[in-house]
Amino acid sequence: MNSVPILVSFLVAMMLTSLPLPETAIIYRPDWLILVLIYWCMAIPERIGIFTGWMLGLLLDVMYGSLLGQNAMAFSIIAYLVNILHLRVRMFPLWQQSVMVFLLVILHLAISAWIRGIAGQFFVTWTYWIPALTSALVWPFIFIVLRDIRRQISSK
Amino acid sequence: MREILRRLGGATPATVRVIVMIALSLALMLIDNRTQQFEKLRNVLQTVIYPVMFISTLPREMIRAVTGTMEASSTLQSENESLRQENLLLHSRLEKLHSLEADNRRLKRLLGQSEQIAENVLLAELVEVSLEPYTQQISLNKGSSDDVYVGQPVINGDGVIGQVVHTSQFQSTVTLLTDPGSAIPVMVMRNGLRGVLFGTGVRNKLALPYMTADADIRIGDLLISSGMGGRFPTGYPVATVTEVLQQPSDEFLTINTLPVTQLDHGREVLLIWPETIKEQSVLDQQEVVTDE
Repeated sequence: MNSVPILVSFLVAMMLTSLPLPETAIIYRPDWLILVLIYWCMAIPERIGIFTGWMLGLLLDVMYGSLLGQNAMAFSIIAYLVNILHLRVRMFPLWQQSVMVFLLVILHLAISAWIRGIAGQFFVTWTYWIPALTSALVWPFIFIVLRDIRRQISSK
Repeated sequence: MREILRRLGGATPATVRVIVMIALSLALMLIDNRTQQFEKLRNVLQTVIYPVMFISTLPREMIRAVTGTMEASSTLQSENESLRQENLLLHSRLEKLHSLEADNRRLKRLLGQSEQIAENVLLAELVEVSLEPYTQQISLNKGSSDDVYVGQPVINGDGVIGQVVHTSQFQSTVTLLTDPGSAIPVMVMRNGLRGVLFGTGVRNKLALPYMTADADIRIGDLLISSGMGGRFPTGYPVATVTEVLQQPSDEFLTINTLPVTQLDHGREVLLIWPETIKEQSVLDQQEVVTDE
Protein backbone atom coordinates (compact mmCIF):
# COMPACT_ATOMS: atom_id res chain seq x y z
CA MET A 1 0.00 0.00 0.00
CA ASN A 2 1.46 3.29 -1.10
CA SER A 3 2.31 5.59 1.80
CA VAL A 4 2.89 8.70 -0.28
CA PRO A 5 -0.75 9.90 -0.43
CA ILE A 6 -1.00 9.47 3.35
CA LEU A 7 2.12 11.57 3.82
CA VAL A 8 0.82 14.15 1.38
CA SER A 9 -2.48 14.38 3.26
CA PHE A 10 -0.54 15.16 6.45
CA LEU A 11 1.57 17.74 4.65
CA VAL A 12 -1.49 19.44 3.19
CA ALA A 13 -3.03 19.50 6.66
CA MET A 14 0.13 21.15 8.02
CA MET A 15 0.04 23.73 5.25
CA LEU A 16 -3.58 24.55 5.91
CA THR A 17 -2.73 24.94 9.58
CA SER A 18 0.05 27.44 8.94
CA LEU A 19 -1.67 29.30 6.12
CA PRO A 20 -1.87 32.96 7.07
CA LEU A 21 -5.44 34.17 7.40
CA PRO A 22 -6.98 37.50 8.32
CA GLU A 23 -7.58 38.01 12.06
CA THR A 24 -11.31 37.52 11.73
CA ALA A 25 -10.98 34.16 9.97
CA ILE A 26 -8.27 32.61 12.15
CA ILE A 27 -10.59 31.70 15.02
CA TYR A 28 -12.70 29.52 12.70
CA ARG A 29 -9.82 27.43 11.41
CA PRO A 30 -10.54 23.68 11.77
CA ASP A 31 -7.99 21.46 13.48
CA TRP A 32 -6.79 20.02 10.17
CA LEU A 33 -4.00 17.80 11.47
CA ILE A 34 -6.22 16.17 14.08
CA LEU A 35 -8.92 15.56 11.47
CA VAL A 36 -6.52 13.82 9.11
CA LEU A 37 -4.94 11.88 11.99
CA ILE A 38 -8.34 10.70 13.21
CA TYR A 39 -9.26 9.47 9.75
CA TRP A 40 -6.11 7.46 9.19
CA CYS A 41 -6.15 6.02 12.72
CA MET A 42 -9.69 4.88 12.07
CA ALA A 43 -9.07 3.52 8.58
CA ILE A 44 -5.68 1.84 8.92
CA PRO A 45 -4.97 1.46 12.63
CA GLU A 46 -2.31 -1.13 11.91
CA ARG A 47 -0.15 1.52 10.25
CA ILE A 48 -1.14 4.87 11.70
CA GLY A 49 -1.29 4.92 15.46
CA ILE A 50 0.05 6.36 18.65
CA PHE A 51 3.60 6.82 17.53
CA THR A 52 2.67 8.52 14.25
CA GLY A 53 0.38 10.80 16.20
CA TRP A 54 3.18 11.62 18.58
CA MET A 55 5.59 12.50 15.76
CA LEU A 56 2.98 14.69 14.06
CA GLY A 57 2.31 16.48 17.32
CA LEU A 58 6.02 17.07 17.75
CA LEU A 59 6.30 18.56 14.26
CA LEU A 60 3.35 20.80 15.05
CA ASP A 61 5.11 21.92 18.23
CA VAL A 62 8.15 22.90 16.17
CA MET A 63 6.03 24.70 13.60
CA TYR A 64 3.98 26.55 16.18
CA GLY A 65 6.88 27.37 18.44
CA SER A 66 5.06 25.82 21.39
CA LEU A 67 6.62 23.73 24.13
CA LEU A 68 8.13 20.54 22.68
CA GLY A 69 5.87 17.66 23.65
CA GLN A 70 2.70 19.70 24.17
CA ASN A 71 0.92 18.74 20.98
CA ALA A 72 2.89 15.49 20.78
CA MET A 73 1.21 14.37 23.99
CA ALA A 74 -2.26 15.52 22.89
CA PHE A 75 -1.94 13.83 19.50
CA SER A 76 -0.76 10.53 20.95
CA ILE A 77 -3.66 10.51 23.41
CA ILE A 78 -6.15 11.19 20.63
CA ALA A 79 -4.57 8.50 18.44
CA TYR A 80 -4.89 6.10 21.36
CA LEU A 81 -8.58 6.90 21.87
CA VAL A 82 -9.37 6.48 18.19
CA ASN A 83 -7.40 3.25 18.20
CA ILE A 84 -9.53 1.82 21.00
CA LEU A 85 -12.80 2.92 19.45
CA HIS A 86 -12.08 2.52 15.75
CA LEU A 87 -14.07 -0.64 15.17
CA ARG A 88 -17.20 0.85 16.63
CA VAL A 89 -16.81 4.31 15.17
CA ARG A 90 -16.36 2.99 11.65
CA MET A 91 -19.97 1.84 11.83
CA PHE A 92 -21.34 5.17 12.96
CA PRO A 93 -23.18 7.43 10.58
CA LEU A 94 -21.15 10.48 9.59
CA TRP A 95 -23.00 12.87 11.84
CA GLN A 96 -22.26 10.74 14.89
CA GLN A 97 -18.63 10.62 13.88
CA SER A 98 -18.74 14.42 13.76
CA VAL A 99 -19.81 14.45 17.39
CA MET A 100 -16.82 12.27 18.28
CA VAL A 101 -14.55 14.57 16.28
CA PHE A 102 -15.99 17.55 18.15
CA LEU A 103 -15.15 15.93 21.48
CA LEU A 104 -11.66 14.93 20.39
CA VAL A 105 -10.84 18.45 19.21
CA ILE A 106 -12.16 19.81 22.51
CA LEU A 107 -9.75 17.39 24.19
CA HIS A 108 -6.86 18.66 22.05
CA LEU A 109 -7.71 22.27 22.86
CA ALA A 110 -8.16 21.48 26.54
CA ILE A 111 -4.79 19.75 26.83
CA SER A 112 -3.08 22.64 25.03
CA ALA A 113 -4.79 25.22 27.24
CA TRP A 114 -3.87 23.27 30.37
CA ILE A 115 -0.19 22.96 29.43
CA ARG A 116 0.06 26.58 28.34
CA GLY A 117 -1.59 27.63 31.56
CA ILE A 118 0.94 25.72 33.62
CA ALA A 119 3.95 26.84 31.59
CA GLY A 120 3.03 30.51 31.60
CA GLN A 121 0.13 32.88 31.61
CA PHE A 122 -2.68 31.91 29.32
CA PHE A 123 -6.22 33.24 29.25
CA VAL A 124 -8.95 31.25 27.53
CA THR A 125 -11.73 33.14 25.80
CA TRP A 126 -14.85 31.47 24.46
CA THR A 127 -13.59 31.89 20.89
CA TYR A 128 -10.73 29.52 21.73
CA TRP A 129 -13.13 26.56 21.40
CA ILE A 130 -14.68 27.48 18.05
CA PRO A 131 -12.30 25.24 16.07
CA ALA A 132 -14.00 22.22 17.68
CA LEU A 133 -17.24 23.23 16.02
CA THR A 134 -15.77 23.98 12.62
CA SER A 135 -13.74 20.77 12.72
CA ALA A 136 -16.88 18.73 13.36
CA LEU A 137 -18.63 20.50 10.49
CA VAL A 138 -15.73 19.88 8.11
CA TRP A 139 -15.32 16.22 9.14
CA PRO A 140 -17.75 14.63 6.63
CA PHE A 141 -15.88 16.36 3.81
CA ILE A 142 -12.50 15.16 5.10
CA PHE A 143 -13.84 11.66 5.60
CA ILE A 144 -15.13 11.38 2.06
CA VAL A 145 -12.03 12.82 0.43
CA LEU A 146 -9.61 10.66 2.40
CA ARG A 147 -11.77 7.57 1.97
CA ASP A 148 -11.61 8.01 -1.79
CA ILE A 149 -7.84 8.35 -1.58
CA ARG A 150 -7.59 5.27 0.59
CA ARG A 151 -9.69 3.25 -1.80
CA GLN A 152 -7.45 4.30 -4.66
CA ILE A 153 -4.25 3.31 -2.92
CA SER A 154 -5.49 -0.02 -1.59
CA SER A 155 -6.88 -1.09 -4.92
CA LYS A 156 -3.49 -0.66 -6.64
CA MET B 1 7.00 -6.75 31.10
CA ARG B 2 3.71 -7.37 29.35
CA GLU B 3 2.88 -10.11 31.80
CA ILE B 4 3.31 -7.72 34.70
CA LEU B 5 1.07 -5.12 33.13
CA ARG B 6 -1.53 -7.66 32.14
CA ARG B 7 -1.75 -8.76 35.72
CA LEU B 8 -1.93 -5.15 36.87
CA GLY B 9 -5.13 -4.58 35.06
CA GLY B 10 -5.36 -6.01 31.62
CA ALA B 11 -3.46 -3.21 29.94
CA THR B 12 -3.19 -3.68 26.22
CA PRO B 13 -0.02 -2.89 24.24
CA ALA B 14 -1.75 0.25 23.01
CA THR B 15 -2.28 1.43 26.55
CA VAL B 16 1.33 0.76 27.42
CA ARG B 17 2.44 2.65 24.35
CA VAL B 18 0.35 5.71 25.07
CA ILE B 19 1.49 5.81 28.69
CA VAL B 20 5.10 5.71 27.54
CA MET B 21 4.47 8.48 24.99
CA ILE B 22 2.71 10.62 27.58
CA ALA B 23 5.58 10.18 30.00
CA LEU B 24 8.08 11.01 27.26
CA SER B 25 6.09 14.10 26.27
CA LEU B 26 5.93 15.32 29.84
CA ALA B 27 9.67 14.87 30.18
CA LEU B 28 10.24 16.80 26.95
CA MET B 29 7.99 19.62 28.07
CA LEU B 30 9.67 19.87 31.42
CA ILE B 31 13.13 20.05 29.89
CA ASP B 32 12.06 22.44 27.14
CA ASN B 33 10.41 24.72 29.64
CA ARG B 34 13.39 24.91 31.97
CA THR B 35 16.44 24.67 29.74
CA GLN B 36 17.69 25.40 26.25
CA GLN B 37 18.71 21.80 25.63
CA PHE B 38 16.39 21.34 22.72
CA GLU B 39 17.38 24.35 20.65
CA LYS B 40 19.45 22.15 18.34
CA LEU B 41 16.65 19.62 17.96
CA ARG B 42 14.18 22.38 17.30
CA ASN B 43 16.46 23.90 14.68
CA VAL B 44 16.86 20.61 12.88
CA LEU B 45 13.13 19.94 12.86
CA GLN B 46 12.36 23.50 11.85
CA THR B 47 14.67 23.15 8.86
CA VAL B 48 12.81 19.96 7.96
CA ILE B 49 9.46 21.71 8.13
CA TYR B 50 10.70 24.84 6.39
CA PRO B 51 9.54 23.71 2.92
CA VAL B 52 6.01 23.17 4.23
CA MET B 53 5.90 26.58 5.84
CA PHE B 54 7.40 28.14 2.74
CA ILE B 55 4.61 26.74 0.60
CA SER B 56 2.03 28.18 3.01
CA THR B 57 3.42 31.63 2.39
CA LEU B 58 3.10 31.26 -1.39
CA PRO B 59 -0.61 32.11 -1.80
CA ARG B 60 -0.15 35.46 -0.11
CA GLU B 61 3.06 36.14 -2.04
CA MET B 62 1.33 35.34 -5.29
CA ILE B 63 -1.55 37.66 -4.55
CA ARG B 64 0.90 40.35 -3.67
CA ALA B 65 2.93 39.83 -6.83
CA VAL B 66 -0.16 39.95 -9.02
CA THR B 67 -1.67 43.05 -7.43
CA GLY B 68 1.80 44.59 -7.47
CA THR B 69 2.20 44.32 -11.21
CA MET B 70 -1.29 45.69 -11.68
CA GLU B 71 -0.61 48.98 -9.91
CA ALA B 72 -0.79 51.90 -12.28
CA SER B 73 2.53 53.53 -13.05
CA SER B 74 1.06 56.89 -12.03
CA THR B 75 0.44 55.64 -8.49
CA LEU B 76 3.96 54.30 -8.35
CA GLN B 77 5.35 57.60 -9.58
CA SER B 78 3.52 59.72 -7.03
CA GLU B 79 4.45 57.25 -4.28
CA ASN B 80 8.06 57.48 -5.43
CA GLU B 81 7.94 61.27 -5.32
CA SER B 82 6.49 61.46 -1.81
CA LEU B 83 9.00 58.87 -0.56
CA ARG B 84 11.81 60.93 -2.05
CA GLN B 85 10.60 64.03 -0.22
CA GLU B 86 10.20 62.13 3.03
CA ASN B 87 13.69 60.73 2.59
CA LEU B 88 15.11 64.22 2.18
CA LEU B 89 13.39 65.44 5.35
CA LEU B 90 14.57 62.42 7.32
CA HIS B 91 18.13 62.91 6.06
CA SER B 92 18.26 66.48 7.30
CA ARG B 93 16.79 65.40 10.66
CA LEU B 94 19.42 62.70 10.84
CA GLU B 95 22.17 65.28 10.50
CA LYS B 96 20.74 67.15 13.45
CA LEU B 97 20.46 63.90 15.37
CA HIS B 98 24.18 63.20 14.79
CA SER B 99 25.19 66.53 16.29
CA LEU B 100 22.79 66.03 19.22
CA GLU B 101 24.28 62.60 19.82
CA ALA B 102 27.78 64.09 19.87
CA ASP B 103 26.65 66.75 22.38
CA ASN B 104 25.02 64.09 24.49
CA ARG B 105 28.13 61.92 24.53
CA ARG B 106 30.29 64.88 25.50
CA LEU B 107 27.99 65.85 28.35
CA LYS B 108 27.75 62.27 29.59
CA ARG B 109 31.51 62.00 29.55
CA LEU B 110 31.75 65.11 31.69
CA LEU B 111 29.42 63.49 34.18
CA GLY B 112 31.39 60.26 34.15
CA GLN B 113 28.57 58.07 32.90
CA SER B 114 28.96 55.05 30.69
CA GLU B 115 27.83 55.83 27.19
CA GLN B 116 25.97 53.98 24.53
CA ILE B 117 27.17 54.42 20.99
CA ALA B 118 25.22 53.93 17.80
CA GLU B 119 23.59 50.55 17.45
CA ASN B 120 23.92 48.19 14.53
CA VAL B 121 20.66 47.35 12.82
CA LEU B 122 19.48 44.67 10.42
CA LEU B 123 16.35 44.77 8.36
CA ALA B 124 14.18 41.66 8.49
CA GLU B 125 10.85 40.67 7.02
CA LEU B 126 7.90 38.99 8.64
CA VAL B 127 7.44 35.43 7.48
CA GLU B 128 3.75 35.19 6.90
CA VAL B 129 2.85 31.99 8.63
CA SER B 130 0.37 31.46 11.39
CA LEU B 131 2.05 30.51 14.61
CA GLU B 132 0.20 29.05 17.57
CA PRO B 133 -3.09 30.90 17.95
CA TYR B 134 -3.56 33.14 20.98
CA THR B 135 0.15 33.74 21.38
CA GLN B 136 1.71 37.02 20.49
CA GLN B 137 4.61 35.82 18.39
CA ILE B 138 5.89 36.47 14.89
CA SER B 139 8.45 34.83 12.65
CA LEU B 140 11.26 36.67 10.87
CA ASN B 141 13.30 35.67 7.83
CA LYS B 142 16.69 36.20 9.49
CA GLY B 143 18.32 33.65 11.76
CA SER B 144 21.53 32.59 13.43
CA SER B 145 23.39 32.71 10.12
CA ASP B 146 22.82 36.49 10.25
CA ASP B 147 24.08 36.64 13.84
CA VAL B 148 20.62 37.03 15.30
CA TYR B 149 20.70 36.03 18.98
CA VAL B 150 18.16 35.05 21.60
CA GLY B 151 17.10 38.09 23.60
CA GLN B 152 17.82 40.50 20.77
CA PRO B 153 15.53 43.56 20.67
CA VAL B 154 13.28 44.09 17.66
CA ILE B 155 11.83 47.44 16.63
CA ASN B 156 10.06 49.06 13.71
CA GLY B 157 9.92 52.66 12.52
CA ASP B 158 7.58 53.68 15.35
CA GLY B 159 8.98 51.90 18.36
CA VAL B 160 9.77 48.65 20.14
CA ILE B 161 8.05 45.47 18.99
CA GLY B 162 9.54 42.70 21.11
CA GLN B 163 12.40 40.29 21.67
CA VAL B 164 13.83 37.29 19.85
CA VAL B 165 13.10 34.03 21.70
CA HIS B 166 14.22 31.33 19.25
CA THR B 167 16.67 31.29 16.42
CA SER B 168 17.24 28.67 13.77
CA GLN B 169 19.56 28.88 10.79
CA PHE B 170 17.40 31.09 8.59
CA GLN B 171 14.52 32.12 10.79
CA SER B 172 13.82 33.51 14.20
CA THR B 173 10.79 33.75 16.43
CA VAL B 174 9.99 37.02 18.16
CA THR B 175 7.78 37.41 21.21
CA LEU B 176 5.79 40.61 20.97
CA LEU B 177 5.48 43.02 23.87
CA THR B 178 1.84 42.01 24.30
CA ASP B 179 2.75 38.40 25.09
CA PRO B 180 1.94 37.63 28.74
CA GLY B 181 5.53 36.55 29.32
CA SER B 182 7.05 39.76 28.02
CA ALA B 183 8.45 42.55 30.20
CA ILE B 184 10.37 45.65 29.13
CA PRO B 185 11.97 48.26 31.41
CA VAL B 186 10.63 51.71 30.52
CA MET B 187 10.60 55.25 31.78
CA VAL B 188 8.20 58.14 31.38
CA MET B 189 9.74 60.50 28.86
CA ARG B 190 8.39 63.56 30.63
CA ASN B 191 10.01 63.00 34.02
CA GLY B 192 12.20 59.89 33.86
CA LEU B 193 10.00 57.85 36.21
CA ARG B 194 11.04 54.22 35.85
CA GLY B 195 8.96 51.08 35.66
CA VAL B 196 8.48 47.79 33.87
CA LEU B 197 5.85 47.29 31.18
CA PHE B 198 4.25 43.84 31.02
CA GLY B 199 2.35 42.12 28.22
CA THR B 200 -1.23 41.20 29.00
CA GLY B 201 -1.98 38.67 26.27
CA VAL B 202 -4.50 41.14 24.91
CA ARG B 203 -3.64 42.90 21.69
CA ASN B 204 -2.87 46.59 22.02
CA LYS B 205 -2.69 46.56 25.79
CA LEU B 206 0.35 46.66 28.05
CA ALA B 207 0.22 46.99 31.81
CA LEU B 208 2.44 49.07 34.09
CA PRO B 209 2.09 47.62 37.58
CA TYR B 210 3.91 48.45 40.81
CA MET B 211 3.42 52.21 40.56
CA THR B 212 2.50 53.68 43.92
CA ALA B 213 -0.38 56.09 44.27
CA ASP B 214 1.90 59.12 44.45
CA ALA B 215 3.69 58.31 41.21
CA ASP B 216 3.78 61.21 38.79
CA ILE B 217 2.15 59.58 35.80
CA ARG B 218 -0.76 60.73 33.68
CA ILE B 219 -2.87 59.72 30.73
CA GLY B 220 -1.04 60.60 27.52
CA ASP B 221 2.44 60.12 28.94
CA LEU B 222 4.86 58.53 26.51
CA LEU B 223 6.85 55.58 27.84
CA ILE B 224 10.26 54.97 26.29
CA SER B 225 12.70 52.12 26.83
CA SER B 226 14.95 52.89 29.78
CA GLY B 227 17.77 50.52 28.91
CA MET B 228 17.86 49.05 32.42
CA GLY B 229 18.92 45.42 32.31
CA GLY B 230 20.94 45.97 29.17
CA ARG B 231 18.57 44.12 26.87
CA PHE B 232 16.75 46.97 25.14
CA PRO B 233 18.63 50.09 24.09
CA THR B 234 17.52 53.38 25.65
CA GLY B 235 15.19 55.91 24.20
CA TYR B 236 12.89 53.97 21.89
CA PRO B 237 9.15 54.71 22.19
CA VAL B 238 7.15 51.82 23.58
CA ALA B 239 3.65 52.88 24.63
CA THR B 240 1.40 55.71 25.71
CA VAL B 241 -0.61 55.68 28.93
CA THR B 242 -4.34 55.30 28.35
CA GLU B 243 -5.71 54.67 31.84
CA VAL B 244 -4.61 55.48 35.36
CA LEU B 245 -6.96 53.94 37.90
CA GLN B 246 -6.79 53.65 41.60
CA GLN B 247 -8.90 51.17 43.48
CA PRO B 248 -9.13 52.22 47.15
CA SER B 249 -8.09 48.76 48.30
CA ASP B 250 -5.05 48.51 46.03
CA GLU B 251 -1.62 49.64 47.09
CA PHE B 252 -0.60 50.25 43.49
CA LEU B 253 -2.20 52.06 40.60
CA THR B 254 -3.71 50.14 37.73
CA ILE B 255 -2.15 51.63 34.64
CA ASN B 256 -2.96 50.51 31.12
CA THR B 257 -1.09 51.58 28.04
CA LEU B 258 -1.36 51.37 24.29
CA PRO B 259 1.71 50.27 22.32
CA VAL B 260 2.88 52.99 19.92
CA THR B 261 2.84 50.62 17.01
CA GLN B 262 0.55 47.92 15.67
CA LEU B 263 2.82 45.12 16.81
CA ASP B 264 2.02 42.44 14.30
CA HIS B 265 1.28 44.60 11.28
CA GLY B 266 3.77 45.84 8.76
CA ARG B 267 6.14 43.62 6.84
CA GLU B 268 9.53 44.91 7.89
CA VAL B 269 11.22 45.19 11.26
CA LEU B 270 14.69 46.08 12.50
CA LEU B 271 16.90 43.88 14.66
CA ILE B 272 19.25 45.81 16.90
CA TRP B 273 22.67 45.06 18.34
CA PRO B 274 23.07 47.45 21.29
CA GLU B 275 26.65 48.33 22.13
CA THR B 276 27.85 49.84 25.37
CA ILE B 277 31.21 51.22 26.35
CA LYS B 278 32.21 52.25 29.82
CA GLU B 279 34.30 55.38 29.78
CA GLN B 280 36.52 56.50 32.61
CA SER B 281 35.34 59.76 34.13
CA VAL B 282 37.44 62.86 33.42
CA LEU B 283 37.40 63.60 37.15
CA ASP B 284 38.93 60.19 37.96
CA GLN B 285 41.78 60.89 35.60
CA GLN B 286 42.51 64.21 37.31
CA GLU B 287 42.64 62.53 40.70
CA VAL B 288 45.24 60.08 39.44
CA VAL B 289 47.40 62.99 38.32
CA THR B 290 47.26 64.86 41.67
CA ASP B 291 48.16 61.69 43.63
CA GLU B 292 51.58 61.53 42.09
